[in-house]
Amino acid sequence: MKNATHTARVGSLHSSSFWNNPTYRSLIIQAITFLLIAGSAYYLASNLVTNLTARNIPIGLDFLDKRAGFDIGDSIIAYTSQDSYGKAFLVGIINTLNVSLISIVLATVIGVMIGIARLSQNWLVKNLTRGYVEYMRNIPLLLQLFFWYALLTHALPSARQALNPLPGIFLSNRGLFLPTLESDSGFYFLLFGLLVGLTAALIWRFRANKIQKSTGRQLLVFWPFIAMLAAGGLIGWLLSPQGITVDMPALKGFNFRGGIEITTEFFCLMIGLVTYTSAFIAENVRSGILAVDKGQQEAASSLGLPSVKSQRLVILPQALRVIIPPTTSQYMNVIKNSSLGVAIGYPDLVSVGGTTLNQTGQAVECISLIMLVYLCTSLATSLFMNWYNASVALTER
Amino acid sequence: MAIINSEPLPSRLAPVSNTGLTGWLKGNLFSSPFNTFLTLVCVYGLWQILPGLVNWFVLDATWGILGPEGNANEMTKQTVAACKEAGGACWSLLSVKHRFMIFGFYPQDEQWRPLLTCLLLIGMVLISGIRAFWKPWLIAAWLAAIAVCFMLMMGGIAGLTHVPTSKWGGLPLTLGLAVFSVVFALPMGIALALGRRSNMNLIRTLCVSYIELIRAVPLISILFMASFLLPLFMPEELTINKLLRAQIGIILFAAAYMAEVIRGGLQAIPKGQYEAADAMGLSYWQATFKVILPQVLKVSIPPLVGTIIGTFKDSSLVVIIGLFDVLNTARVAFSSDPPWSPFYMEAYFVAATIFFIFCFGMSQYSQWLENHLNTDH
Repeated sequence: MKNATHTARVGSLHSSSFWNNPTYRSLIIQAITFLLIAGSAYYLASNLVTNLTARNIPIGLDFLDKRAGFDIGDSIIAYTSQDSYGKAFLVGIINTLNVSLISIVLATVIGVMIGIARLSQNWLVKNLTRGYVEYMRNIPLLLQLFFWYALLTHALPSARQALNPLPGIFLSNRGLFLPTLESDSGFYFLLFGLLVGLTAALIWRFRANKIQKSTGRQLLVFWPFIAMLAAGGLIGWLLSPQGITVDMPALKGFNFRGGIEITTEFFCLMIGLVTYTSAFIAENVRSGILAVDKGQQEAASSLGLPSVKSQRLVILPQALRVIIPPTTSQYMNVIKNSSLGVAIGYPDLVSVGGTTLNQTGQAVECISLIMLVYLCTSLATSLFMNWYNASVALTER
Repeated sequence: MAIINSEPLPSRLAPVSNTGLTGWLKGNLFSSPFNTFLTLVCVYGLWQILPGLVNWFVLDATWGILGPEGNANEMTKQTVAACKEAGGACWSLLSVKHRFMIFGFYPQDEQWRPLLTCLLLIGMVLISGIRAFWKPWLIAAWLAAIAVCFMLMMGGIAGLTHVPTSKWGGLPLTLGLAVFSVVFALPMGIALALGRRSNMNLIRTLCVSYIELIRAVPLISILFMASFLLPLFMPEELTINKLLRAQIGIILFAAAYMAEVIRGGLQAIPKGQYEAADAMGLSYWQATFKVILPQVLKVSIPPLVGTIIGTFKDSSLVVIIGLFDVLNTARVAFSSDPPWSPFYMEAYFVAATIFFIFCFGMSQYSQWLENHLNTDH
């Protein structure tokens, strides 16, 4: 920083000594640093080339086109062991993003609820949630993952004796099976209807806001919003020629077929990430709400706002400014922590990359690819959250 | 005639409904219909869960070892059978395996050495928590303690038999990884944070890219890098020990996070402090070490403890590259021995308790310290 060292102008007054001139000195220090870094980089790179030639490992990304030859148990896009390493990497990336995204949504919902419950006036609620937060925060995520995995694989029955809590839902040590909608024409009619309903609802909300801003008259928003959405879906369903078919999971051989399969590994990783992260988010929410000045609540009450409205319109918007930055880093932690799935066999990016590394020996390329993907995801997350943060930031005159 | 009280009347006692147990219950559990509803829900939930937990942990649990002394197979068979019959926790697993869970594969006869190491490290951590001891000699004491621990564990001198690092495991490994990481990552983090605020472009760019790159990737990828790539970058004749590689990985990782904490502290120092140091004619290094850093470290200590807790938890990730920290020894204790494999809960419970005690203790300490160091008026 400028204030830590003298400026160049002061130094030039005493240019008698070359070394005492800050400009030259900083140039020399930087040149030496550059030489040191370049020298060690050259040394390491030459070692690498020698080592790789000795082990007969080619350098480059050509291996991505080769046949992978390993199966991936959990994939959203179609993948077989005949596909290339490149495609396997893609499956890994999608899996990482998939489990992170679902965990982030669930952890936020649970974290906000627990954070609010931590501030409850009820002694039992306050202390039970405190126990949850402290226990989850202070035990390594990896241990929690091992525990959930052991619990689910040991305690749940095999596919043949699967638990069947609701019709169409099966829970066994092979995973959770849920019914799903068949993606035929009926499904698209429903989707289209919902989209039309959503557009109408958004227009209604926009209009209500505009009317309130210009005249002060308040229109009902919440219930019309729900009604339009539901009506859109219903009309789409009724208009569809064959109706909607539901794909029910059914026991075939040793495992279930049909429906959506949520594998045990995915389920464990998700539970672990959600419970662990929600504890951290709960603490962010709690400290955010506590950071809002007490006078704000009092001012809202004296304006005659009812409790829920004062929370929603006065406290929460101000608390959000405190909550968002640390929660952003929690979201990035979820993406990074999802790499622990490798320990319980979830085929995420690190797991696929590790398998590829073991099979091809292309350690430099595999690890660089893994790091590059995480770097991009982290950057994208922080860009998105910075944009959101700017949109809720305090607008000053 | 007027009646005048010269003494104030004694204040009236609070109504019974506001004091004592009833008052507490009314204020904390039944203050509103909604609160009453929440209390009832919680009590119902606890009623459903607690008896099962108590039964499993205590009432139906099996303690100690059964069967004839000396016949290991028969003992295991009878103990496991008893555990399965009782249906609760099988704490006998601890009676049989506690030495393995704490010390890993370290030779049985030499296990006083890792025990001493653990005690020394825990003692040093406790001493470092006391503010009166925050003096330069503490750094020297830490370096000495680390040297002593290393010699105790490694052996090969002073008549101690040599124990290779591949036999190290359990609690000493976990503690050692965490302590070494903090001791080396902290100076590195301070250097990185100072470099990030340097006005030399090259140095600043290097530090910023290092910090941001490391913070963007998961620790596993760093550990993979340390265990797969490091050997490739080294000359062929030089092989680096597996434990040391993991240790280097964790240090490189933790340093980036510490650097960010220190940077936060640097930003909290008012500009006037720099200007005052400049006005006194102090050089950059004099100003940094005598004026800036002491204040930075003071404000950074509570968040630094948070980072240290994170590093301690993260050290469990060495499981993935096959080292035997306390989580892995707990895991191997039940999974490598078929008769004991149903008792995974007990083993994980022990590992979780160990981690919880250390992490919770440190986080409580950091909260206390935050209040204690807060000298603002």
